[in-house]
Amino acid sequence: MMGKKVEILDVDSKQIMDDIKKAASPPEEVEHWVTIYVMGKPYKVPAGLTIMKALEYAGYRYIRGAGCRAGFCGACATIFRRKGEYRFRTALACQTTVEDGMYLAQIPFVPANKAKYDLDKIEPGPTTLLEYYPEIARCVSCNTCTKACPQELDVMYYIQYGIRGDIKKVAELSFDCIQCGLCTLRCPAEIQHYHMAQLARRLYGKYYLPKSPWLKKRLKEIDSGMYEKAFENIKKLREENPEEFKSLYYKVLIEGREKESKRINDPLELMEGED
Amino acid sequence: MTLKLINGYPEYMRESIEMVEKTREQRIKEKAKEKELALTEEEREEVLSKFHPDYAPGGKRELKVGVNKGEIVPNEVADILEAWPALDPDEVDLNDIDYDVDILIIGGGGAGTVAALWANYEGIPAENILIATKLRHGDANSMMAQGGIQAADRPWDSPIIHYLDVLGGGHFANKHELVKALTTDAPKIIKWHEDLGVMYDKDEKGNFIERWGGGTSRKRLHSAKDYTGMEIMRVIRDEARNRDIPVLEFSPAVELITTEDGEIGGAILWNMETKEYYVVRAKATVLATGGWGRLHIRGFPTTNHYGATADGLVMAYRAGARLRDLESVQYHPTGAAYPEQIVGLLITEKVRTMGATPVNKYGERFVFPLEPRDVEAAMFIRECFGKGNCIQTPTGMRGVWLDSPMIEELQGEGAIKKNLDAMYRMYKRFGIDMTKDPILVFPTLHYQNGGVEINADAQVLKGDGSPYPRFFAGGEVEGGVHGKNRLMGNSLLDYNVFGRRAGISAAKVARNSSKPGKLTLKHVKLFTEEVKKINVPLSRRSPILLPDYRGKRVLARKIDLPILQ
Ligand SMILES: Cc1cc2nc3c(=O)[nH]c(=O)nc-3n(C[C@H](O)[C@H](O)[C@H](O)COP(=O)(O)OP(=O)(O)OC[C@H]3O[C@@H](n4cnc5c(N)ncnc54)[C@H](O)[C@@H]3O)c2cc1C
Ligand code: SF4
Ligand code: SF4
Ligand code: FES
Repeated sequence: MMGKKVEILDVDSKQIMDDIKKAASPPEEVEHWVTIYVMGKPYKVPAGLTIMKALEYAGYRYIRGAGCRAGFCGACATIFRRKGEYRFRTALACQTTVEDGMYLAQIPFVPANKAKYDLDKIEPGPTTLLEYYPEIARCVSCNTCTKACPQELDVMYYIQYGIRGDIKKVAELSFDCIQCGLCTLRCPAEIQHYHMAQLARRLYGKYYLPKSPWLKKRLKEIDSGMYEKAFENIKKLREENPEEFKSLYYKVLIEGREKESKRINDPLELMEGED
Repeated sequence: MTLKLINGYPEYMRESIEMVEKTREQRIKEKAKEKELALTEEEREEVLSKFHPDYAPGGKRELKVGVNKGEIVPNEVADILEAWPALDPDEVDLNDIDYDVDILIIGGGGAGTVAALWANYEGIPAENILIATKLRHGDANSMMAQGGIQAADRPWDSPIIHYLDVLGGGHFANKHELVKALTTDAPKIIKWHEDLGVMYDKDEKGNFIERWGGGTSRKRLHSAKDYTGMEIMRVIRDEARNRDIPVLEFSPAVELITTEDGEIGGAILWNMETKEYYVVRAKATVLATGGWGRLHIRGFPTTNHYGATADGLVMAYRAGARLRDLESVQYHPTGAAYPEQIVGLLITEKVRTMGATPVNKYGERFVFPLEPRDVEAAMFIRECFGKGNCIQTPTGMRGVWLDSPMIEELQGEGAIKKNLDAMYRMYKRFGIDMTKDPILVFPTLHYQNGGVEINADAQVLKGDGSPYPRFFAGGEVEGGVHGKNRLMGNSLLDYNVFGRRAGISAAKVARNSSKPGKLTLKHVKLFTEEVKKINVPLSRRSPILLPDYRGKRVLARKIDLPILQ
């Protein structure tokens, strides 16, 4: 059936692709400008760009200071002050819009020491985090780390929980940490927050979260070789009778979806996955 | 002066948002009826053929050089494969070896890190391994994955069922041995992650909370909030650091080194900061350079990290490796189209699966929200460029609305913050509250389905189909696992499974063989001979390492003075 939901359009597909290309490239005309000061030097750049894109517009080509370009990797830590404002600010260059009169510099690297450990040999307890990162005890509760965090995490709190040895709390509160190092740069007590939090999360994941019961059974099955025969058969079917193989696929897909759907009580669980 | 914004949107967009709000209640009531919008097979074809970038003419061409000569690939990929080498082989002294190691791993993303760890578990001392990477360790697509990773570990699921799903998703073009390896290793990988302390979402008994994935017949998507990729990557990186595995950052490989006896014997690295080169000789070489998003195929924006420029394809192709399944490109239907700051970044599919409906400028539904990715993407393009029912942003992008506030109404207040924290945070940074206002989306370049062909031991195959004994690949750079289309959740799995296999295979070579034969760059010269014959502009060199986003004004005035170089 055609034309019920989508009427036939007479279009020039190649032209459309060219139009998309044009639409996605930077506009020729710039209407609004701002001036930013990159390490003190003024540059006029289009308003509405991220700091990262603005620097590129101004002619910089990143080697350091750009990773994911999407707020996930922490490569683009930036410090800035606004004109006439006393407050020292922190940001991710890829996730922050330029403002007129911004004085900024990117921090290409944060020196911070990570403790070395063999996770298998640690017996986690209330003092484990302090053993590996004793400096957390020096926290003066100034909250500067929290103010510096571009992910808006409660950094000071997780440090406080760390001192108390509450591994679970540290793991949960620090989960969204992208390890940009801005907290660590700002801390007057010279704490290396994000490394401590990494240890806490791994301890929590390994020793506190219960292990999956099903996983072990599946591994035993696989090790026993019990799927080998089935794989041989399915390979043969695919080679010798591709049409039948395809219908098997559709059958399993459709029936499986039906069956699995019935197992669900929680409506949120009905969601599809992604990406 | 800047454009006046009201809660993140200019006034003219607000007018359209009002129309979206007007139809919201009705649409929520009729949510169940959206299925009726699903297209028939015939209608899908009509839409794909005219509006999908893979089908629209003018985007691809035949390769004129190399092992895959005659095969069709996207123009942007042909451009870098049919290019002059960035490095002049005559400028390099191969006798002066800077690093003489057992295993060289090219690429410090997911696959590279996993390979290093498993080689180390297999007994190769850390100091005999070298990871060379382009940006920092972990600056990679692996860090950015949100959704999750597939593994068949529930009693009513199995590696065989997972296998069928992967094949169907890949249009039955996948290689049997690779899919078998992918699905049977999957539970092992998850177990390994559990032991390393990856914080997967679990219930109080330890059962993984597993979700549907597009195109799967079972719920087998394991996730860690919407930061799954970051959680896995930072854990394996932490482990590599604990084990003192050496990593050279900002030192990408620019060419593989071959040997007189036709093997791979290491690579030339180039320090992007000091501009010096390093010669690395290795008993085994692992290619783990990831995908191609930053080639901006057909001019599309991308979800990928800064270094996703397909260098691995270029280097391996010059050395004689075979490529496959490169003609099909994965576009994700929902990339951000506004604000300009985040154009192209991924809006996870979960936004639609939790109930947000795509609507046009007038607030009208025009597509079933859960069509396969290619169909959904083509329908968005059709609405924007075929029918013009779209919003044009101040910078000229076009997009349709994804009505995210529906989620709060359908799933209860707070559902967005709880399940879509990374998304909520991203929009909030630019003054948009996606719990109250819809967001603007347009398709974006997402994934390299094909790549360098490997076998189940992760050995790279030569043009004649035989494997290189000393050359391995894992992750997005290799092809054959996903056929012509990768299902969600299978690429995090891919980099773990084949990164691991590459590491184990490389360790075997390192233990059992002597140094590689006499090093040479003859293959680069031979390839250059071929390039000479086809009229390639001298400025076209590869690998390109990084995209160039500098402003046109600056580039027009840029000159290189022969001093301070
Ligand atoms: C936004 C986003 C969301 C995603 N979501 C999911 C998901 O939910 N589930 C899923 O399964 N998959 C997902 N994917 C896909 C998945 O993340 C990737 O396919 C996978 O992580 C690739 O791993 P890799 O190790 O092969 O490549 P990468 O992780 O990209 O690593 C490659 C590394 O090599 C480096 N490199 C590149 N060239 C060179 C060179 N010349 N020399 C040295 N180093 C080099 C790169 O800089 C990088 O560090 C997503 C991808 C993106 C971009
Ligand atoms: S906790 Fe520290 S390292 Fe982590 S995101 Fe916040 S500022 Fe960055
Ligand atoms: S900045 Fe340092 S001292 Fe201040 S609260 Fe944070 S951890 Fe404590
Ligand atoms: S570049 Fe990764 S967070 Fe900004």
